[in-house]
Amino acid sequence: MPSNRIEIDPIYCKGCALCTIACPQKLIEMSDALNEQGYIPAVISSGNLARCTACALCARMCPDAAIRVFKSVETDGGQS
Amino acid sequence: MTTVLKNVFDRPVSLKDVSTHFCPGCQHGTAHRLCAEAMDSLGVQQRAIGVASVGCSVFLYGYFDIDVVEAPHGRAPAVATGVKRVRKDDFVFTYQGDGDLAAIGTSEIIHAANRGEAISVIFVNNTTYGMTGGQMAPTTLPQQQTSTSPTGRNVASDGYPIRMAELLSGLEGVSYSCRVAVNNPKNIMAAGKAIEKAFRCQVEQGGFGFVEVLTTCPTNWGMNPLKANNRVAEEMIPYFPLGVFKDIAPMGQEV
Ligand SMILES: Cc1ncc(C[n+]2csc(CCOP(=O)(O)OP(=O)(O)O)c2C)c(N)n1
Ligand code: SF4
Ligand code: SF4
Ligand code: SF4
Repeated sequence: MPSNRIEIDPIYCKGCALCTIACPQKLIEMSDALNEQGYIPAVISSGNLARCTACALCARMCPDAAIRVFKSVETDGGQS
Repeated sequence: MTTVLKNVFDRPVSLKDVSTHFCPGCQHGTAHRLCAEAMDSLGVQQRAIGVASVGCSVFLYGYFDIDVVEAPHGRAPAVATGVKRVRKDDFVFTYQGDGDLAAIGTSEIIHAANRGEAISVIFVNNTTYGMTGGQMAPTTLPQQQTSTSPTGRNVASDGYPIRMAELLSGLEGVSYSCRVAVNNPKNIMAAGKAIEKAFRCQVEQGGFGFVEVLTTCPTNWGMNPLKANNRVAEEMIPYFPLGVFKDIAPMGQEV
Protein backbone atom coordinates (compact mmCIF):
# COMPACT_ATOMS: atom_id res chain seq x y z
CA MET A 1 0.00 0.00 0.00
CA PRO A 2 1.51 3.35 -1.05
CA SER A 3 2.09 5.83 1.74
CA ASN A 4 0.64 9.31 1.98
CA ARG A 5 2.80 11.89 0.29
CA ILE A 6 3.51 15.58 0.13
CA GLU A 7 5.12 17.38 -2.79
CA ILE A 8 7.17 20.48 -2.07
CA ASP A 9 7.20 22.50 -5.30
CA PRO A 10 10.71 23.82 -6.01
CA ILE A 11 9.24 26.69 -8.06
CA TYR A 12 7.38 28.08 -5.05
CA CYS A 13 9.46 27.09 -2.02
CA LYS A 14 11.53 29.99 -0.62
CA GLY A 15 13.13 28.06 2.22
CA CYS A 16 11.45 29.95 5.07
CA ALA A 17 11.28 26.74 7.19
CA LEU A 18 7.82 27.55 8.58
CA CYS A 19 6.56 24.13 7.43
CA THR A 20 9.21 22.40 9.58
CA ILE A 21 7.66 23.80 12.78
CA ALA A 22 4.11 23.11 11.61
CA CYS A 23 4.53 19.37 11.08
CA PRO A 24 3.43 17.60 14.28
CA GLN A 25 5.68 14.65 13.38
CA LYS A 26 8.70 16.88 12.53
CA LEU A 27 9.11 15.11 9.19
CA ILE A 28 10.29 18.07 7.09
CA GLU A 29 13.91 19.23 6.97
CA MET A 30 15.83 21.88 5.10
CA SER A 31 17.94 20.77 2.14
CA ASP A 32 21.68 21.31 1.92
CA ALA A 33 21.51 22.48 -1.69
CA LEU A 34 20.09 25.60 -3.35
CA ASN A 35 16.98 25.36 -5.54
CA GLU A 36 16.47 27.08 -8.94
CA GLN A 37 15.43 30.31 -7.25
CA GLY A 38 18.58 30.34 -5.09
CA TYR A 39 16.79 29.38 -1.88
CA ILE A 40 17.51 26.41 0.37
CA PRO A 41 14.25 24.48 0.03
CA ALA A 42 12.37 22.25 2.43
CA VAL A 43 12.65 18.51 1.77
CA ILE A 44 11.15 15.31 3.11
CA SER A 45 13.00 12.01 3.02
CA SER A 46 11.31 8.87 1.72
CA GLY A 47 11.71 7.35 5.17
CA ASN A 48 9.86 10.28 6.71
CA LEU A 49 7.20 10.24 3.98
CA ALA A 50 6.23 6.78 5.13
CA ARG A 51 5.22 8.34 8.47
CA CYS A 52 3.25 11.25 6.96
CA THR A 53 -0.39 11.35 8.10
CA ALA A 54 -1.47 13.70 5.27
CA CYS A 55 -2.77 16.15 7.90
CA ALA A 56 -1.76 19.08 5.61
CA LEU A 57 -0.70 21.32 8.50
CA CYS A 58 2.62 21.95 6.74
CA ALA A 59 0.76 23.02 3.60
CA ARG A 60 -1.53 25.37 5.53
CA MET A 61 1.46 26.99 7.23
CA CYS A 62 3.37 27.56 3.97
CA PRO A 63 3.15 31.26 2.96
CA ASP A 64 3.92 30.34 -0.64
CA ALA A 65 1.39 27.54 -1.15
CA ALA A 66 4.31 25.34 -2.17
CA ILE A 67 3.07 22.07 -0.66
CA ARG A 68 0.52 19.65 -2.14
CA VAL A 69 -0.75 16.81 0.02
CA PHE A 70 -1.96 13.39 -1.10
CA LYS A 71 -3.68 10.88 1.13
CA SER A 72 -3.65 7.18 0.48
CA VAL A 73 -7.26 5.98 0.40
CA GLU A 74 -8.79 2.62 -0.39
CA THR A 75 -11.50 2.39 -3.03
CA ASP A 76 -13.60 -0.55 -4.16
CA GLY A 77 -12.52 0.15 -7.71
CA GLY A 78 -15.77 2.00 -8.47
CA GLN A 79 -16.28 5.76 -8.61
CA SER A 80 -14.22 7.61 -6.07
CA MET B 1 -9.79 -3.05 -3.12
CA THR B 2 -7.31 -0.67 -4.70
CA THR B 3 -5.42 2.14 -3.08
CA VAL B 4 -5.29 5.56 -4.69
CA LEU B 5 -3.62 8.81 -3.73
CA LYS B 6 -6.25 11.48 -3.19
CA ASN B 7 -5.21 15.14 -3.43
CA VAL B 8 -6.35 16.56 -0.07
CA PHE B 9 -4.59 19.94 -0.20
CA ASP B 10 -3.68 22.04 -3.24
CA ARG B 11 -3.30 25.64 -4.32
CA PRO B 12 -6.69 27.37 -4.53
CA VAL B 13 -8.16 27.95 -7.99
CA SER B 14 -8.54 31.71 -7.34
CA LEU B 15 -4.75 31.98 -6.93
CA LYS B 16 -2.66 32.13 -10.11
CA ASP B 17 0.05 29.55 -10.66
CA VAL B 18 2.90 32.01 -10.22
CA SER B 19 5.59 32.57 -7.63
CA THR B 20 5.21 35.83 -5.70
CA HIS B 21 7.73 38.59 -5.11
CA PHE B 22 7.14 38.39 -1.33
CA CYS B 23 10.23 37.84 0.82
CA PRO B 24 10.75 34.31 2.25
CA GLY B 25 8.41 33.78 5.20
CA CYS B 26 6.30 36.89 4.47
CA GLN B 27 2.75 36.09 5.52
CA HIS B 28 1.16 38.30 2.86
CA GLY B 29 1.35 34.99 0.98
CA THR B 30 -0.66 33.20 3.66
CA ALA B 31 -3.29 35.97 3.69
CA HIS B 32 -3.49 35.81 -0.13
CA ARG B 33 -4.04 32.05 -0.05
CA LEU B 34 -6.78 32.33 2.59
CA CYS B 35 -8.63 34.97 0.55
CA ALA B 36 -8.39 32.74 -2.53
CA GLU B 37 -9.63 29.70 -0.59
CA ALA B 38 -12.61 31.71 0.70
CA MET B 39 -13.51 32.86 -2.82
CA ASP B 40 -13.23 29.25 -4.03
CA SER B 41 -15.49 27.96 -1.31
CA LEU B 42 -18.12 30.69 -1.84
CA GLY B 43 -17.95 30.16 -5.62
CA VAL B 44 -17.45 33.88 -6.35
CA GLN B 45 -14.23 33.79 -8.39
CA GLN B 46 -15.97 34.69 -11.65
CA ARG B 47 -17.66 37.75 -10.15
CA ALA B 48 -14.90 38.83 -7.76
CA ILE B 49 -13.29 42.26 -8.01
CA GLY B 50 -10.31 42.91 -5.76
CA VAL B 51 -9.18 46.44 -4.96
CA ALA B 52 -5.44 46.61 -4.36
CA SER B 53 -3.64 49.03 -2.07
CA VAL B 54 -0.17 50.52 -2.33
CA GLY B 55 2.46 48.58 -0.45
CA CYS B 56 3.94 45.10 -0.79
CA SER B 57 0.48 43.78 -1.76
CA VAL B 58 0.30 46.11 -4.77
CA PHE B 59 0.55 43.18 -7.23
CA LEU B 60 -2.82 41.67 -6.29
CA TYR B 61 -3.70 41.47 -9.99
CA GLY B 62 -0.64 39.33 -10.63
CA TYR B 63 -1.43 36.75 -7.98
CA PHE B 64 -5.23 36.39 -7.86
CA ASP B 65 -7.05 34.90 -10.83
CA ILE B 66 -9.83 37.51 -10.56
CA ASP B 67 -10.41 41.08 -11.76
CA VAL B 68 -8.49 43.72 -9.81
CA VAL B 69 -8.59 47.52 -9.67
CA GLU B 70 -5.55 49.41 -8.45
CA ALA B 71 -6.46 52.17 -5.97
CA PRO B 72 -4.41 55.26 -5.09
CA HIS B 73 -2.60 54.85 -1.76
CA GLY B 74 -5.14 54.41 1.08
CA ARG B 75 -8.16 54.97 -1.17
CA ALA B 76 -9.14 51.32 -1.73
CA PRO B 77 -12.34 51.57 0.39
CA ALA B 78 -13.47 54.60 -1.66
CA VAL B 79 -12.69 52.85 -4.95
CA ALA B 80 -14.43 49.68 -3.71
CA THR B 81 -17.47 51.77 -2.76
CA GLY B 82 -17.78 52.99 -6.35
CA VAL B 83 -17.17 49.56 -7.84
CA LYS B 84 -19.76 47.87 -5.61
CA ARG B 85 -22.39 50.58 -6.09
CA VAL B 86 -22.34 50.18 -9.88
CA ARG B 87 -21.84 46.38 -9.88
CA LYS B 88 -24.08 45.27 -7.04
CA ASP B 89 -24.01 41.59 -8.01
CA ASP B 90 -20.24 41.37 -7.95
CA PHE B 91 -18.16 40.41 -4.93
CA VAL B 92 -15.85 43.30 -3.99
CA PHE B 93 -13.02 43.30 -1.46
CA THR B 94 -10.05 45.48 -0.61
CA TYR B 95 -6.69 44.13 0.55
CA GLN B 96 -4.66 46.76 2.41
CA GLY B 97 -1.53 47.07 4.51
CA ASP B 98 -1.38 49.00 7.78
CA GLY B 99 0.42 52.00 6.30
CA ASP B 100 -2.18 52.11 3.54
CA LEU B 101 -5.30 51.60 5.67
CA ALA B 102 -4.39 53.02 9.07
CA ALA B 103 -2.17 55.96 8.03
CA ILE B 104 -2.73 57.59 4.64
CA GLY B 105 -6.15 55.96 4.18
CA THR B 106 -7.64 56.46 7.66
CA SER B 107 -10.37 58.73 6.39
CA GLU B 108 -11.50 56.39 3.59
CA ILE B 109 -11.74 53.27 5.75
CA ILE B 110 -13.62 55.03 8.54
CA HIS B 111 -16.21 56.56 6.23
CA ALA B 112 -16.72 53.43 4.10
CA ALA B 113 -17.20 51.43 7.31
CA ASN B 114 -19.50 54.05 8.79
CA ARG B 115 -21.66 54.05 5.65
CA GLY B 116 -21.89 50.28 5.91
CA GLU B 117 -20.79 49.71 2.32
CA ALA B 118 -21.43 46.16 1.09
CA ILE B 119 -17.71 45.39 0.75
CA SER B 120 -15.16 43.22 2.56
CA VAL B 121 -11.86 44.60 3.83
CA ILE B 122 -8.76 42.50 4.51
CA PHE B 123 -6.33 44.51 6.63
CA VAL B 124 -2.79 43.15 6.85
CA ASN B 125 -1.10 44.43 10.01
CA ASN B 126 2.66 43.79 10.03
CA THR B 127 3.44 46.77 12.32
CA THR B 128 5.44 48.59 9.65
CA TYR B 129 5.55 50.06 6.13
CA GLY B 130 7.02 47.03 4.38
CA MET B 131 7.50 48.22 0.83
CA THR B 132 9.29 51.49 1.54
CA GLY B 133 11.87 50.21 4.01
CA GLY B 134 10.23 49.63 7.37
CA GLN B 135 9.05 53.05 8.55
CA MET B 136 6.90 53.44 11.68
CA ALA B 137 3.20 52.82 11.05
CA PRO B 138 0.22 53.69 13.29
CA THR B 139 0.35 49.99 14.26
CA THR B 140 4.05 49.95 15.24
CA LEU B 141 4.32 48.63 18.79
CA PRO B 142 5.57 50.78 21.71
CA GLN B 143 9.40 50.75 21.79
CA GLN B 144 9.56 49.00 18.39
CA GLN B 145 12.58 50.15 16.42
CA THR B 146 11.91 51.11 12.80
CA SER B 147 13.79 53.20 10.25
CA THR B 148 11.87 56.30 11.41
CA SER B 149 11.87 55.37 15.12
CA PRO B 150 15.47 54.16 15.49
CA THR B 151 15.33 54.42 19.27
CA GLY B 152 11.91 52.79 19.48
CA ARG B 153 8.35 54.12 19.18
CA ASN B 154 7.90 56.77 21.83
CA VAL B 155 4.24 56.76 22.85
CA ALA B 156 4.61 60.19 24.48
CA SER B 157 5.27 61.81 21.11
CA ASP B 158 3.90 59.20 18.64
CA GLY B 159 0.81 57.94 20.48
CA TYR B 160 -0.14 54.33 21.01
CA PRO B 161 -0.68 51.80 18.21
CA ILE B 162 -4.21 51.91 16.79
CA ARG B 163 -6.36 48.80 17.23
CA MET B 164 -8.32 49.10 13.98
CA ALA B 165 -10.59 46.07 14.40
CA GLU B 166 -11.86 47.36 17.76
CA LEU B 167 -12.07 50.96 16.54
CA LEU B 168 -14.21 50.06 13.50
CA SER B 169 -16.45 47.77 15.54
CA GLY B 170 -17.76 50.94 17.23
CA LEU B 171 -19.28 52.20 13.97
CA GLU B 172 -22.95 51.49 13.21
CA GLY B 173 -22.20 50.52 9.60
CA VAL B 174 -19.94 47.59 10.48
CA SER B 175 -21.52 44.11 10.50
CA TYR B 176 -18.45 42.01 11.19
CA SER B 177 -15.05 42.93 12.62
CA CYS B 178 -12.39 40.59 13.91
CA ARG B 179 -8.65 40.06 14.32
CA VAL B 180 -6.82 36.86 13.40
CA ALA B 181 -3.22 35.66 13.12
CA VAL B 182 -1.49 33.19 10.80
CA ASN B 183 1.40 32.15 13.06
CA ASN B 184 0.40 28.48 13.51
CA PRO B 185 -1.90 26.00 11.74
CA LYS B 186 -4.68 26.41 14.31
CA ASN B 187 -4.75 30.21 13.95
CA ILE B 188 -4.47 29.89 10.17
CA MET B 189 -7.59 27.70 10.04
CA ALA B 190 -9.45 30.18 12.26
CA ALA B 191 -8.24 33.02 10.03
CA GLY B 192 -9.55 31.22 6.95
CA LYS B 193 -12.96 30.80 8.58
CA ALA B 194 -13.05 34.49 9.59
CA ILE B 195 -12.21 35.67 6.06
CA GLU B 196 -14.87 33.38 4.62
CA LYS B 197 -17.35 34.75 7.16
CA ALA B 198 -16.56 38.38 6.24
CA PHE B 199 -16.93 37.53 2.53
CA ARG B 200 -20.19 35.66 3.21
CA CYS B 201 -21.49 38.67 5.15
CA GLN B 202 -21.25 40.69 1.92
CA VAL B 203 -22.48 37.97 -0.44
CA GLU B 204 -25.49 36.88 1.59
CA GLN B 205 -26.43 39.99 3.57
CA GLY B 206 -24.81 42.96 1.86
CA GLY B 207 -22.85 43.76 5.02
CA PHE B 208 -19.49 45.44 5.65
CA GLY B 209 -16.96 42.90 6.97
CA PHE B 210 -13.47 43.65 8.28
CA VAL B 211 -10.72 41.15 9.05
CA GLU B 212 -7.41 42.32 10.54
CA VAL B 213 -4.69 39.74 9.89
CA LEU B 214 -1.52 39.91 12.03
CA THR B 215 1.42 39.01 9.79
CA THR B 216 5.20 39.08 9.72
CA CYS B 217 7.59 41.31 7.81
CA PRO B 218 10.81 39.36 8.42
CA THR B 219 12.84 41.66 6.15
CA ASN B 220 12.07 44.96 7.86
CA TRP B 221 11.95 43.43 11.32
CA GLY B 222 15.51 42.20 10.71
CA MET B 223 14.58 38.67 11.72
CA ASN B 224 14.62 35.29 10.02
CA PRO B 225 11.15 33.91 9.19
CA LEU B 226 11.00 31.62 12.24
CA LYS B 227 12.01 34.38 14.69
CA ALA B 228 9.59 36.78 13.02
CA ASN B 229 6.82 34.21 13.35
CA ASN B 230 7.60 33.87 17.07
CA ARG B 231 7.29 37.63 17.49
CA VAL B 232 3.61 37.46 16.50
CA ALA B 233 2.71 35.45 19.61
CA GLU B 234 5.28 37.08 21.89
CA GLU B 235 4.71 40.77 21.09
CA MET B 236 1.85 41.36 18.68
CA ILE B 237 -1.01 39.26 20.06
CA PRO B 238 -0.59 40.65 23.61
CA TYR B 239 -1.23 44.17 22.25
CA PHE B 240 -3.55 43.18 19.36
CA PRO B 241 -5.79 40.48 20.90
CA LEU B 242 -7.37 37.94 18.55
CA GLY B 243 -11.14 37.77 18.54
CA VAL B 244 -14.45 38.83 17.05
CA PHE B 245 -15.38 42.38 18.06
CA LYS B 246 -18.66 42.61 16.21
CA ASP B 247 -20.97 40.17 14.43
CA ILE B 248 -24.44 41.58 13.73
CA ALA B 249 -26.91 41.90 10.86
CA PRO B 250 -26.13 44.75 8.44
CA MET B 251 -27.44 48.24 9.24
CA GLY B 252 -31.16 48.54 8.54
CA GLN B 253 -31.61 44.76 8.47
CA GLU B 254 -31.89 44.21 12.24
CA VAL B 255 -34.58 41.74 13.20
C1 LIG C 1 0.62 59.04 -2.22
C2 LIG C 1 1.75 58.17 -1.82
N1 LIG C 1 2.42 58.40 -0.69
C3 LIG C 1 3.45 57.59 -0.32
C4 LIG C 1 3.81 56.53 -1.10
C5 LIG C 1 4.97 55.64 -0.66
N2 LIG C 1 4.53 54.37 -0.13
C6 LIG C 1 4.48 53.25 -0.90
S1 LIG C 1 4.03 51.89 -0.06
C7 LIG C 1 3.91 52.77 1.40
C8 LIG C 1 3.56 52.12 2.70
C9 LIG C 1 3.08 50.72 2.59
O1 LIG C 1 3.00 50.15 3.84
P1 LIG C 1 1.85 49.14 4.26
O2 LIG C 1 0.53 49.68 3.84
O3 LIG C 1 2.02 48.86 5.69
O4 LIG C 1 2.08 47.87 3.36
P2 LIG C 1 3.20 46.73 3.40
O5 LIG C 1 4.20 47.14 2.37
O6 LIG C 1 3.77 46.64 4.78
O7 LIG C 1 2.47 45.50 3.01
C10 LIG C 1 4.24 54.11 1.19
C11 LIG C 1 4.24 55.12 2.25
C12 LIG C 1 3.09 56.31 -2.29
N3 LIG C 1 3.34 55.25 -3.08
N4 LIG C 1 2.05 57.12 -2.62
S1 SF4 D 1 1.03 16.37 5.89
FE1 SF4 D 1 1.15 16.48 8.14
S2 SF4 D 1 2.43 14.72 8.74
FE2 SF4 D 1 2.71 15.00 6.53
S3 SF4 D 1 4.54 16.27 6.38
FE3 SF4 D 1 2.79 17.67 6.36
S4 SF4 D 1 2.48 18.25 8.49
FE4 SF4 D 1 3.84 16.45 8.48
S1 SF4 E 1 6.86 26.77 4.40
FE1 SF4 E 1 6.72 26.63 2.16
S2 SF4 E 1 8.20 28.13 1.39
FE2 SF4 E 1 8.65 27.80 3.56
S3 SF4 E 1 10.24 26.18 3.54
FE3 SF4 E 1 8.27 25.13 3.78
S4 SF4 E 1 7.63 24.64 1.67
FE4 SF4 E 1 9.26 26.15 1.51
S1 SF4 F 1 9.18 43.78 2.85
FE1 SF4 F 1 8.01 42.80 4.48
S2 SF4 F 1 5.83 42.95 3.88
FE2 SF4 F 1 7.11 43.36 2.05
S3 SF4 F 1 7.31 41.36 1.00
FE3 SF4 F 1 9.10 41.61 2.33
S4 SF4 F 1 8.54 40.64 4.26
FE4 SF4 F 1 6.63 40.98 3.11
